[in-house]
Amino acid sequence: MSGKQVHELDRVIIRFAGDSGDGMQLTGDRFTAETAAFGNDLSTLPNFPAEIRAPAGTLPGVSSFQLHFADHDILTPGDAPDVLVAMNPAALKANLEDLPRGATIVVDTSEFTARTLKKVGYDSNPLDDGALSDYKVHALDLTGMTMDALAAFDLTRKEASRSKNMFALGLLSWMYGRPIEGTIQFLEKKFAKHPVIRDANIAALRAGWNYGETTEDFAVSYEIKPAALAPGRYRNITGNLALSYGLVAASQRSGLPLFLGSYPITPASDILHELSKHKRFGVRTFQAEDEIAGVGAALGAAFGGALGVTTTSGPGIALKSETIGLAVSLELPLIVCDIQRGGPSTGLPTKTEQADLLQAMFGRNGEAPVPIVAPCSPGDCFYAALEAVRIAVTYRTPVLLLSDGYLANGAEPWRIPEINDLPLIEPRFATARNQGNGNGSAQFWPYLRDRETLARPWAVPGTAGLEHRIGGLEKADGSGNISYDPQNHDLMVRTRQAKVDGIAASIPPLSVDDPSGEARLLVLGWGSTYGPIGAAARRVRAAGYPVAQAHLRHLNPFPANTGDVLRSYDRVLLPEMNLGQLALLLRGRYLVDIRSYNRVRGLPFKAEELADVIEKAITDV
Amino acid sequence: MSETLSDITVELGVPAGLRGVPTTDVPETKKTFTSDQEVRWCPGCGDYAILAAVQGFLPELGLRRENIVFVSGIGCSSRFPYYLDTYGMHSIHGRAPAIATGLAVTRPDLSVWVVTGDGDALSIGGNHLIHALRRNVNLTILLFNNRIYGLTKGQYSPTSELGKITKSTPMGSLDAPFNPVSLALGAEATFVARTIDSDRAHLTAVLHAAAAHRGASLVEVYQNCNIFNDGAFDLLKSPETRDDMLIRLEHGQPIRFGADLDKGIRRDQVTGALEVCAGDDPAVIVHDAHAADSSQAFALSRLADPGTLARSPIGILRQVDRATYGDRMSEQLETAVGTQGPGDLAGLLAGSDPWTVG
Ligand code: SF4
Repeated sequence: MSGKQVHELDRVIIRFAGDSGDGMQLTGDRFTAETAAFGNDLSTLPNFPAEIRAPAGTLPGVSSFQLHFADHDILTPGDAPDVLVAMNPAALKANLEDLPRGATIVVDTSEFTARTLKKVGYDSNPLDDGALSDYKVHALDLTGMTMDALAAFDLTRKEASRSKNMFALGLLSWMYGRPIEGTIQFLEKKFAKHPVIRDANIAALRAGWNYGETTEDFAVSYEIKPAALAPGRYRNITGNLALSYGLVAASQRSGLPLFLGSYPITPASDILHELSKHKRFGVRTFQAEDEIAGVGAALGAAFGGALGVTTTSGPGIALKSETIGLAVSLELPLIVCDIQRGGPSTGLPTKTEQADLLQAMFGRNGEAPVPIVAPCSPGDCFYAALEAVRIAVTYRTPVLLLSDGYLANGAEPWRIPEINDLPLIEPRFATARNQGNGNGSAQFWPYLRDRETLARPWAVPGTAGLEHRIGGLEKADGSGNISYDPQNHDLMVRTRQAKVDGIAASIPPLSVDDPSGEARLLVLGWGSTYGPIGAAARRVRAAGYPVAQAHLRHLNPFPANTGDVLRSYDRVLLPEMNLGQLALLLRGRYLVDIRSYNRVRGLPFKAEELADVIEKAITDV
Repeated sequence: MSETLSDITVELGVPAGLRGVPTTDVPETKKTFTSDQEVRWCPGCGDYAILAAVQGFLPELGLRRENIVFVSGIGCSSRFPYYLDTYGMHSIHGRAPAIATGLAVTRPDLSVWVVTGDGDALSIGGNHLIHALRRNVNLTILLFNNRIYGLTKGQYSPTSELGKITKSTPMGSLDAPFNPVSLALGAEATFVARTIDSDRAHLTAVLHAAAAHRGASLVEVYQNCNIFNDGAFDLLKSPETRDDMLIRLEHGQPIRFGADLDKGIRRDQVTGALEVCAGDDPAVIVHDAHAADSSQAFALSRLADPGTLARSPIGILRQVDRATYGDRMSEQLETAVGTQGPGDLAGLLAGSDPWTVG
């Protein structure tokens, strides 16, 4: 080690930003893996442009990756970066306004030419004109140093310059004391077939590390001690990966073969990609001709006794609505995953929002209740998927799983569960006729319900003696024959609703986190706001104000004690990334006055912002 | 569902399309396949004849009744599943091929049938139809074409002739009709046939061939709607005209028609199009349903007049073998298990670089 100073920090937020082609996501992923291996708690969020190949060096082409890591458990990818790594003028310009004064900027100067500066609207060079005087700036020719380091390799200048992201990663790894062995192994594997590229990237990575260690420019490095996480085996996981694994696990724990019918759509496509890799688990993935066919095929598979799943985002849910309604009428298990994004219409495909709640709740013709489960963190997507399958199979109903872009792409360390600790899900297929017909023989009634759950029998084709026909026309209670009888329709509508309402008996009560026990304000949330609300509540408590926090994971039905919880506080504050959709449901259902805090910027809430809102609400109570 | 498969002997020598579907030794009759539901089509509707033909022919397949599924969409014809004592689903408008796809690829032990109409299959569900055909999902699709919307009481359909006067087109329809057989051939279908509700023997023979085909089979059935489009196929049905108006295709036979087979089909040497010639013309072409290239089948399908349907070819226009979507998918699953071993959930969840705390 050099004799440089080491400063200890409790947490750091780094953002890597560059052109889409600069490999910032990979750089971020590797820094994350190194950080996880080191033992910090962490949370990450990538941010990429909607355009696949926006012109190089332009603002729309900037891609970034933010990572928050700490010596204690953390809940979000962080509000504002402490460190920005900017690979070109566009990356600097696009991210500068997110930086607090005093933040560190590591910037690659190689592209700060008059032409590229002009492209992003800089009249003068911000590195020289004092625009960055409030920051600690390390203006370095990262590209030039990378090319120098790779001079001995048989590479063109352009090829050599591509390794600049590894140089930057090496430098940052040195600054924060991250081990780089894992990245070296990763590069060895990734470029096994291209030895020159492999060796060049490893050389660039090492050169970046060595530069940090030897240059005068960096006087100190930082140490962030490992966090005291609960004992166990961990891995890093994104929401979409966790959701995919949750579905595979549910298939294994239920014995139902998994069938995914899906049409590519951002930000859900990664689930289709992931599940298509797991054929050895008996997973069948079907890339359908459209959203409607995706859900239709899933429902057809469910009729045949498979675990039918479809994955999409808000626009796809709109297209699938009629089929979801059919599933409500057929009373077959079906999992519909909505990875929400900014709307309406095409909206903001790569940005997050939670504005599909009312669509999930009501977006069908007729009275068509559908249970809704919403995960609260990337890792929770795994358990939410299992829970959605439990409800779907137990109650023979479609279930909407509401994730969002923030959870889908965000990542956090996840404690790997023991398989035997995962719930077993019993399909309980019908095997025998269930109704006498007066003359000593029996017949099969597809709509004769279980008294407790009100679920109907799931009799799959191939089961002798249980041949039956089902459809979207109203069915007579019990026999399932077509019925236009007014009383019967009223009964069936109410029974389908009662079945979904009855799920509340099988879900845990809404629990409240109120360490002081003195809170008069309850902050309620659902879905991906869990992290920011939790982080904000901690800040508020640290500032001496009591506040209670509760988070709804089941949105239809609500946990049975929801009304009691809401009524036991003087005031309820509900931040949502929509214009108050859950608030509308809760007000209507429980007649509780709810104070909403709504922002629809396509971005998650910041903890600081919510802390201000909560403090203000407390002082107002 | 593997247990249902393993304890049943699957008869050898069953047709390719039904391979994997358990058979039975218990004799079946029309009654075996007749449900207790009252049939509710208009008296005189062509659907009755088709239902009778299907109920009469299913016993000949010798399949276990519980392994047969009929999936339909919306429309008069889509009531079909209710009347058959098999498994069935009356789904939503146009989506039956998509729903049946999910069922067929997950349950190769089922014989899956789709019943649809011209509006259901070609208008609202056109996309699903062409993709089911292109993928070659092992389905038998019966498309009842009555050239009208019956259930919604008489609007023109995508197969109605141009200028059709209906409730929604009082001055005549403005759009050219689809020829379902041409469409199916264009969609890369491996089995395409056409038959008529009133010709029981022909209908049954075509159903047999369709069921035997492994892959997506499209059978267009000209079906009379005596309420809203009565007589739409009279030219093809009446004893006076039918011989000159229908071209009956038989694989390996010269294509001749007319009362005394006085007409034939030959190829125009200059344009390559097919044209009517004298029955004894030496250039009369021979029908080859199994030709790898679909051009001749397509040219045959174009002989029919889009308005009157005069010179409609009936029979099997095309039957070629191509691996089905479901079989290919099953193969990929087997390959994955063969090369990587069966799935190990604990290994999957742990991933490639887990770390341990505490
Ligand atoms: S309306 Fe036409 S197609 Fe429908 S049942 Fe009556 S006759 Fe048959």
